[in-house]
Amino acid sequence: MARIVIDPITRIEGHLRIEVEVEDGIVTNAWSSSTMWRGIETILKGRDPREAWAFTQRFCGVCTTVHALASVRAVENALGIEVPNNARILRNLIAGSQHVHDHVIHFYHLHALDWVDIVSALDADSIATSDLAQSISDWPKSSSDYFQGVQDRIRAFVDSGQLGPFANAYWGHSAYKLPAEANLMAVAHYLEALDWQREYARIHALLGGKNPHLQTFLVGGMSTPIDPNSQHALNADSIALLQGLQAQANQFVQQVYLPDVLAVAPFYLDWAGIGEGVGNYLCYGDFPDADGSLWFPAGAIMNQDLANLIPVDHEEIAEYVTHSWYSYDDDSLPKHPYVGETNPNYTGPQPPYDYLETDGKYSWVKAPRFRDEPMEVGPLAHMLVGYASGQEEIQSTVGSVLDTLGVGPEALFSTLGRTAARCIETVIIGNKMSEWIGELAGAMAEGDYAIHENSMWDPENWPAETMGYGFHEPPRGALGHWVHIKDKKIENYQAVVPSTWNASPRDANGKMGPYEAALIGTPIANPEMPLEVLRTIHSFDPCLACAVHVLDAEGREVTQINVYPG
Amino acid sequence: MADESAPRTLLLGVGNLLLSDEGVGLRVLERLVTTYDLPEEVQALDGGTLGLDLLYYLEGVENLLIIDAVEMGKQPGAILRLEGDEVPAFLTLKISPHQIGIPDMLFAAKLRDIYPRNVVLWGVQPGSLEPSLELSPPIQAQIDPLVAEVIGQLEQWGSTPSPRNV
Repeated sequence: MARIVIDPITRIEGHLRIEVEVEDGIVTNAWSSSTMWRGIETILKGRDPREAWAFTQRFCGVCTTVHALASVRAVENALGIEVPNNARILRNLIAGSQHVHDHVIHFYHLHALDWVDIVSALDADSIATSDLAQSISDWPKSSSDYFQGVQDRIRAFVDSGQLGPFANAYWGHSAYKLPAEANLMAVAHYLEALDWQREYARIHALLGGKNPHLQTFLVGGMSTPIDPNSQHALNADSIALLQGLQAQANQFVQQVYLPDVLAVAPFYLDWAGIGEGVGNYLCYGDFPDADGSLWFPAGAIMNQDLANLIPVDHEEIAEYVTHSWYSYDDDSLPKHPYVGETNPNYTGPQPPYDYLETDGKYSWVKAPRFRDEPMEVGPLAHMLVGYASGQEEIQSTVGSVLDTLGVGPEALFSTLGRTAARCIETVIIGNKMSEWIGELAGAMAEGDYAIHENSMWDPENWPAETMGYGFHEPPRGALGHWVHIKDKKIENYQAVVPSTWNASPRDANGKMGPYEAALIGTPIANPEMPLEVLRTIHSFDPCLACAVHVLDAEGREVTQINVYPG
Repeated sequence: MADESAPRTLLLGVGNLLLSDEGVGLRVLERLVTTYDLPEEVQALDGGTLGLDLLYYLEGVENLLIIDAVEMGKQPGAILRLEGDEVPAFLTLKISPHQIGIPDMLFAAKLRDIYPRNVVLWGVQPGSLEPSLELSPPIQAQIDPLVAEVIGQLEQWGSTPSPRNV
């Protein structure tokens, strides 16, 4: 038996660390740990709840706007505020654009190189690559000259030794299965996705005021003015620009991203049977329609039972710290976020150390549970809950992808399923974005410019004490903020973030978190090059995806991969 | 939204405002823009802890100045200046807390042929990374000297900020 540790060691703040035990080439045990304490919520105590969102959007560098949205929703819930229709649409647009943007970036820049061998792309024949590309899509950039140019460019980079993130990999690993031409096509799309991202970023700028940190949220609505007669507001020109940017983005999603996933998946169908995880899925629901119903339905699925959708009640969420570096009065019992505490209690080894003491506390991440069970959150949970509840767009798009791949819904409970679900979600939300832009144009045409409900803006109108929660389903899954307001100030604030659900350590009952459970049974061809572990962890899109990148610049090993014979 | 004709110089502050000295890069820019009017061709950007998302702002940028907290194992407040190829080489060693995001951004810029002609990094050794909006005293003491350094660099690049009358 060998224990493999993947951990970025030279950071000021550690992030995600994975330890797995491997026996006869199969993962038999796994631990997920965050080696970083933040406890940023404590900064919010005593502040004006109307300002909380501006701080919460700094919680995490990868997901800024999502914490702003969850925060204003929590305060609105506490104060009983309904936001105007235009604010609802603008929030859907901002949230939806975040999904489209992040999922494309995740696939091409954080996950593709787990499946695509760049070095092999150098052996590809550009004419055959062109034939392949044209056989799967109408995307115009598909000539042999084009692919030849990409190949020359990559070769020049490789020859110059300026490998950057490309230096990180396990090129030539036996788990890479794509033909050279598919690798070259994917590398070309990796580069195109960078241009796509730069272009699509304009949509955030249009909707959000100051980008990258939005300034447009307000408790009670939004601050982005809507006025067809003003150059300083969202007007008819902005609507046209938004429609154009979204149409362009959707073309890439439908003609590049989706065909790539469908072309790569058949080479990796064994991964439809690997990485299953806890088999429980949670979605808070999101994207409210005008009638208040949620376009992405809420629900929970237990033990992969798609026939039995469980309603979500936030009262049934609680967090354990049994294996987390915090203390409660009784560590064997969980706490609801309203009464959540963040009292650090580090009991781990002093660095540098070989491995964590996994029998005791071993992570700065708490262990959230729903009905006392670990839950996977994220695009797969969105798609499964939507599928189980009969949501039309989700059911038909998921169905058509499964048909194309010739697999049943059970294939979704896997590493490959997670990656496919993220792509399906991007297609669906991209299309819906165009509808929402249309809704906004419609409201403007009817002379509805309202963006803010201000009857509860003045704290004099607030109750002496109140509590509320805000749910949001950002790209990485279920996000909840809980706020307790007393005497016009924040008394307590807790956020349960998506990566807390997925990266959770064990709880008092010894139940593993989703990452941990998903790694069990994973085949490892070479313990020195644990590519297979990265595939499954990256399939969750860990908020700290970067943390499990294995960077190695010209022999200077900067991320620790330790293999301990046991 | 960003100007369609992108400015020639980008001042990029990086860091997390909520973790005391981690936010030093943002605090330097904050001081700069409240005490000086920047010429039109200079953009100051609060990059937070983003990485690849910042690629958009590099479009058309000739001079890039990054200010960040950098772990060097030195006394809190120690200053480091790097330029040219030293910057990505240093960052690839993953010394900065944002080492993943910023090197990815620079590498992507190289791949897409929008890599700035001049790249300079000012790094500050943090003392405290506790959750707080305040800088620790040795880091706070470096804000004005760093603002002066930024001004000097801008002048070298042919841009002259004018002091505000406040």
